[in-house]
Amino acid sequence: MIAVEQLTKRYGRHTAVDDVSFHCEPGTVTGFLGPNGAGKSTTMRMICGLTPPTSGFATVAGRPYQQLPNPGRTVGVLLDASAQHAGRTGRETLAVAAATMGIHSRAVGEVLDRVGLGESAARRRVRAYSLGMRQRLGLAHALLGEPQVLVLDEPANGLDPEGIFWMRGLLRDFADRGGTVLLSSHLLREVEAVADRLVVIGGGRIVAQGGKDELLAGTGTLVRARDRLALRGALEQAGLPVSNGTDGLLVGADSEAVGLAAAAAGVALTELRPASAGGLEQLFLTLTAEAGGHPTVAPPDASRSTATGATAQPTEETVR
Amino acid sequence: MTTTLARHAGPTVRAAERRPSLVRLSAVELRKLLDTRAGRWLLITIGLVAAGIVTLQLLYAPEAEQTFANFFIPSLLPVGVLLPVLGILSITSEWSQRTALTTFALVPRRYRVIAAKLVAVVLAALASVLASLALAAVGTLIADATGGAGSWRIEGSLILHAVVFQVASVLMGAGFGLLLLHTPLAIVAYLVLPIAWSIVGELVRPLHRVAEWLDTGRTMEPLFGTEVTAGQWGRLGVSLLLWLALPLAAGLVRTMRREVA
Repeated sequence: MIAVEQLTKRYGRHTAVDDVSFHCEPGTVTGFLGPNGAGKSTTMRMICGLTPPTSGFATVAGRPYQQLPNPGRTVGVLLDASAQHAGRTGRETLAVAAATMGIHSRAVGEVLDRVGLGESAARRRVRAYSLGMRQRLGLAHALLGEPQVLVLDEPANGLDPEGIFWMRGLLRDFADRGGTVLLSSHLLREVEAVADRLVVIGGGRIVAQGGKDELLAGTGTLVRARDRLALRGALEQAGLPVSNGTDGLLVGADSEAVGLAAAAAGVALTELRPASAGGLEQLFLTLTAEAGGHPTVAPPDASRSTATGATAQPTEETVR
Repeated sequence: MTTTLARHAGPTVRAAERRPSLVRLSAVELRKLLDTRAGRWLLITIGLVAAGIVTLQLLYAPEAEQTFANFFIPSLLPVGVLLPVLGILSITSEWSQRTALTTFALVPRRYRVIAAKLVAVVLAALASVLASLALAAVGTLIADATGGAGSWRIEGSLILHAVVFQVASVLMGAGFGLLLLHTPLAIVAYLVLPIAWSIVGELVRPLHRVAEWLDTGRTMEPLFGTEVTAGQWGRLGVSLLLWLALPLAAGLVRTMRREVA
């Protein structure tokens, strides 16, 4: 439903987005991850025809965004919750959008209910809204045209934990009914809970993409024992790749192999669990550090070598 | 999953294929002129200013001059100063309030939004002429009752000229808004540039002849009378080419290309 093909955007000598390609399929939530300034928003604006790309192109529902006759009925877009007229009420903001799309104004009340903005909130001017309320209004705006695709830039910003939980449910439900969701975030944890697929961007380039399970699986097992040295020896003897983690040993194998190796050597374990997103998180931290340190584009190979094993490899694997 | 989508696909896809008509977009833009406090107060102010002028005339103008035409004409100028601000705001508020992001996401063919905005402000200008006529009528009725002349005679050309004046004014404002895309800058430029140009044209002798053709303050003056000669229309046309058509065209190009963030 969303196809991004070799999108590139340069501002003078600075390359904000560099040869980015990915696809989002119906029925899935794609998490678009990257530190601030990585090129997420620029990419999303290019998808929505608001920023002309230097090269490459993007299509939504098989067409360039600008050729969609009534885009609000196909794609729900939330790029910046603060980009609303401060002097309009929440209800009026949606009523204007409904009138533009040719939707009955009854839909406005329904969508306000759906995002949890009550009657009194809807009557207030957007100026008086908290960021969380603006996000809800922005989400209502995106859902108003009953689209099949959602493009959301940092929609969880400003939402309280309950709001984030609610939004996850809403997006999951939207995808489960056949919709396509692309949502960006700079927090891995935030998208991990809802996304099926992840696209990780750093310095304008895609550094990893693939199914979430696939990306998170390769990260191995975290194991601890009172006798750390003995544990390490046992694992090495079993031929398992071991490295020092912050609170235990990281092993490039599944829990079963690690448990068997420890049992064979008679080492009592105090903890044994999948290392969850450790690897991806590490990749992510590296990206963030680079984004802060060097404004120049870091070659993806550099971040790849610092990340553990399989994490970054599925880049070539793109669902078509 | 697939079945749900297929069931929904029918009506949704058809609605998605219907492009919003220019009439609908113009109605939306008219609504946007009215649904914020800034816009509403600007329109109320325009009405109040026109009413104030009629009142002043009722109080201070000689009774013989209290005619429909005399109530109508003086209200045009102050309204003609405020209307362009409406034209400017309708364009620039999209950028200052950053609503361009949602507006152009819903209507990615930006020229259609601009066209709808121009239609909306022109309609507002026409409405202002109607308001001026209505207020002049009220003034005439009161004058009639209080011993003024109360004459209803008005040349049709006077109304036509008033329409040309207000429509040109509001479009000039919209042109400045499109070109500068920044509210204070556009308002200041719109108000100051023509005045500065008038002063320069007045002071610098070699510019006298040029100013006759390009100073809208002068070329528009005949519009307050009943007769405009072919030469005067020509000068008006040339001056509007510079102050209206040029900013509008250049502004349209700028708006079409500008990155929305």
